[in-house]
Amino acid sequence: MIATIWAWLSDPTNWAGAGGIPAQSLEHLRLSLIALLAAALVAVPIGLYVGHTGRGRVVLVNVVSAFRAIPSLGVLFIAALLLLPHLRGNLAFELPSLIVLAVLGIPPILSGVYAGIEQVDPAARDAARGMGMTGWQRLWQVEVPCALPLICSGLRSSMMQIIATATIAAVVGLGGLGRFLIDGQANRKYDEMAGGAILVALLALVVDIVFSLVQRAVVSPGLASRGRT
Amino acid sequence: MTLLGTDLGEVAEFAAQHAYLAGVPLVLGLLISLPLGWLALRRRWLYPPVIAGTGLLYTIPSLALFVLLPGILGTQILDPVNVVVAMTLYTIALLTRTVADGLGSVPDHVRQAATAMGYGPVRRFFAVELPLAVPVVSAGLRVAAVSNVSIVSVAALIGVSQLGLLFTDGFSRSAMGPIVVGVLACVLLAVLFDLLILAVTRVLTPWLRAVRA
Repeated sequence: MIATIWAWLSDPTNWAGAGGIPAQSLEHLRLSLIALLAAALVAVPIGLYVGHTGRGRVVLVNVVSAFRAIPSLGVLFIAALLLLPHLRGNLAFELPSLIVLAVLGIPPILSGVYAGIEQVDPAARDAARGMGMTGWQRLWQVEVPCALPLICSGLRSSMMQIIATATIAAVVGLGGLGRFLIDGQANRKYDEMAGGAILVALLALVVDIVFSLVQRAVVSPGLASRGRT
Repeated sequence: MTLLGTDLGEVAEFAAQHAYLAGVPLVLGLLISLPLGWLALRRRWLYPPVIAGTGLLYTIPSLALFVLLPGILGTQILDPVNVVVAMTLYTIALLTRTVADGLGSVPDHVRQAATAMGYGPVRRFFAVELPLAVPVVSAGLRVAAVSNVSIVSVAALIGVSQLGLLFTDGFSRSAMGPIVVGVLACVLLAVLFDLLILAVTRVLTPWLRAVRA
């Protein structure tokens, strides 16, 4: 069993060309990062607004938990069925999945940003106000730096969610490492499926480690002991 | 009876299988997380490795885990056991930290009072610390339940029978009906799990209501 998987993983023909392991890994990473960026562009401003003003808190918390219940596979299929007939070429395979990936990536970032701003020490907030800082200054110079550990962990769990969903999205034609799992199953080749599964797990692990290193680099050392993830 | 061209009897059957595949791991995961979380809290040096190790489980994409487990366990790929094990691992990943934090939230003076009243470590754990940790643990359990229900549907891709089969079936026929019914059934099931956990928590924590009354 392990030998056949290893044979598949170490076969040079699987490493070559547009459908090879390096190309599909980069494709997986590219699609996941696009989705993360899109999710962050929506989620970060909303999270900052709700955290800073305290308005819409109840709505946000409920929306986040409601989203968790939505099965990603079902939504992928719905998006594919709705959008596929209207799109052409590469876009037809990428856009429906990318939209779903981005939408499912929003809730973890939203709750991370909101919770991060929310739990900033009120004393720090008051001190900033007492120093005459404006709302924007307090947000960017006090609240955001203090919230960074939770903001980062929100981005991390969003990225993990996106990488996992991108794997599944291979059923609706998305490229990436999920191809090996889906194509391997279609051709009844367990070695290809298992090899692909190991690669996806490794990719997720490496990305998580890179994100945690970035988090360590950007979070102020004064906060490092608090809010550890 | 049918809804959007989907036989509701079939949906009910899938829903029962889905509830089993998501629910059993929830109980197993909780039973395993309790000692793990307790250990992580009581032996301080174990906290970082246990929490990081269980957290790492959650980074493994679900489809990858469903595919790899038969190879590791020696089961057939269609065997529902794979899904139960995978979901148990995810539940442990989510709950261990919550259990450790929940037990850690029990005030020290309460623990000391219990000791002073003659409670041994085991009895103190079950009669004092665990009940007081219920609200925190239950919050984590709700997250795990809802995410389990959603992740189980992915197992349809490897052919395990549950609500996710409505997705693959609908997609292969380009029929929107079964997919929408499947999504609705999944969300409904998640809500039912959530309500059940809330109800059990309410029964287990009478003191929270006593304060409000």
